[in-house]
Amino acid sequence: MTLHTRSSAETNKTTCSLWESFRIQCRVIWALMMREMITMFGRHGLGFAWIFVMPMILTAGITFAWSLRGVSEGGADISIAAFALTGYSTLILYRNMPGACGSAVKMNVSLLYHRHVRVLDLFLARIILQISAITFSLVTLTILFSWIGFMSPPIDPLKALNGWIATAFFGIGMGFFIGSIATKYEWVDHLWHPFSYILGGIAGAALLMESVPTKFRNMLLWFPLVHGSECLRDGYFGNKFTPYYDLSYEYIFSFGLIFLGLLQIKTIKGYTETYH
Amino acid sequence: MIELREVTMRYPVRGGHRTVLNRITFRIERGEKIGFLGKNGAGKSTLVRLIGGGEAPTSGTIIRGMSVSWPIAFGGAFQGQLTGLDNLKFICRVYGKSIEDKIPFVEDFAELGRYFREPVGTYSSGMQARLAFAISMAVEFDCYLIDEVMTVGDRRFSEKCREELMVKRADRSLIAVSHHEDQIRNTCTHLGVLVQGVLHRFDNLDEGYDFYHRHASE
Repeated sequence: MTLHTRSSAETNKTTCSLWESFRIQCRVIWALMMREMITMFGRHGLGFAWIFVMPMILTAGITFAWSLRGVSEGGADISIAAFALTGYSTLILYRNMPGACGSAVKMNVSLLYHRHVRVLDLFLARIILQISAITFSLVTLTILFSWIGFMSPPIDPLKALNGWIATAFFGIGMGFFIGSIATKYEWVDHLWHPFSYILGGIAGAALLMESVPTKFRNMLLWFPLVHGSECLRDGYFGNKFTPYYDLSYEYIFSFGLIFLGLLQIKTIKGYTETYH
Repeated sequence: MIELREVTMRYPVRGGHRTVLNRITFRIERGEKIGFLGKNGAGKSTLVRLIGGGEAPTSGTIIRGMSVSWPIAFGGAFQGQLTGLDNLKFICRVYGKSIEDKIPFVEDFAELGRYFREPVGTYSSGMQARLAFAISMAVEFDCYLIDEVMTVGDRRFSEKCREELMVKRADRSLIAVSHHEDQIRNTCTHLGVLVQGVLHRFDNLDEGYDFYHRHASE
């Protein structure tokens, strides 16, 4: 037992170097991720494998439903599976974030008693978990669908990755921004659910920009999500349609949201309701 | 040493602000054992939370020249689905301590048997309290915070906790909040009395209690 050894890393926070702070933050986020994996999905049955299985079932189900309908949006050549997989993955990559972040403080408020655990860490742990899970699900289903012949493998994986990363940053922006506001005002969370479906539907997930009239398309291109989604699809089946996107627009939008979100997160106090 | 300089804490309430702590300046030396007194809502827990660093003051500075624990035996952070072991792992990861060499101590001290590896949701409140105290002792600090929980389990276990904290760690600082006068008298050598947001320091317990009783109704 290490009874009378003093902890050297636990000195004055104000004199912590930047590097030390960074190391502590990584440690805390890792601890939170390990914890969240169990608290979100329990330890029985599939346990935290659910974090991968859930989006996989949803994507597979939608692909199946659309296959039955037998119509593809962008022309006869495009595999419904590829269309549904890219669309649905994009949709959940951005719409899961605000919900995950919005409830992060409420679920973990008591952890803020530990000085190193900060609100931003609670947000980041959940964001990293979500991105990893959805990315894993996309990759696994791409391999699976290509293997059984539901779709052709992506023609340009790097381009697809590019679009995916842009969408992920937009998701982080939305998580920070909507999540922090929803932490303070619960009704924002309730509003977000219907809105996210409507936005996700028209802005990318269910449409190819090619298939909408020019006037309407120019309007839709104001939605950041469209650009990442089009780029992802360009990487998957770009030889079959004309993509429309500008990732720099989505990035500028995302970093704006991240910045505003960080400002909001700084003002979140976990204890306003529980003080004595 | 821990130093509070002009620390003020305000909370928003309907139609304005409530000042809970008003420009508090206070110093706690290494090894000092201080009890905070004040009526309900006087700001004792807020003060403990600020010293622990769980929350930042509205204004003022807190200088921590020594490591400060989280409120000891605080079980609120336990989540039903996590086992006792999961909770220990979480704490070790957050504080950057190795997990393996803490397991035997916590497992033994908490007296949970096989429940140590079962979800906390299946524990009785006594078991949760024992686990919380044992985990608090797994990480070493220079200063321990105690917020209103010194009665952990039965008499025998309380005695064991006392031994662990007050005897084995007699050289550490202690900041305790309690309404039980005998507990404070047993553990503390100094008092801080909170009256209307102002902290009064007493190095003599009788004087402090006298002051507290005279101002308890304010």
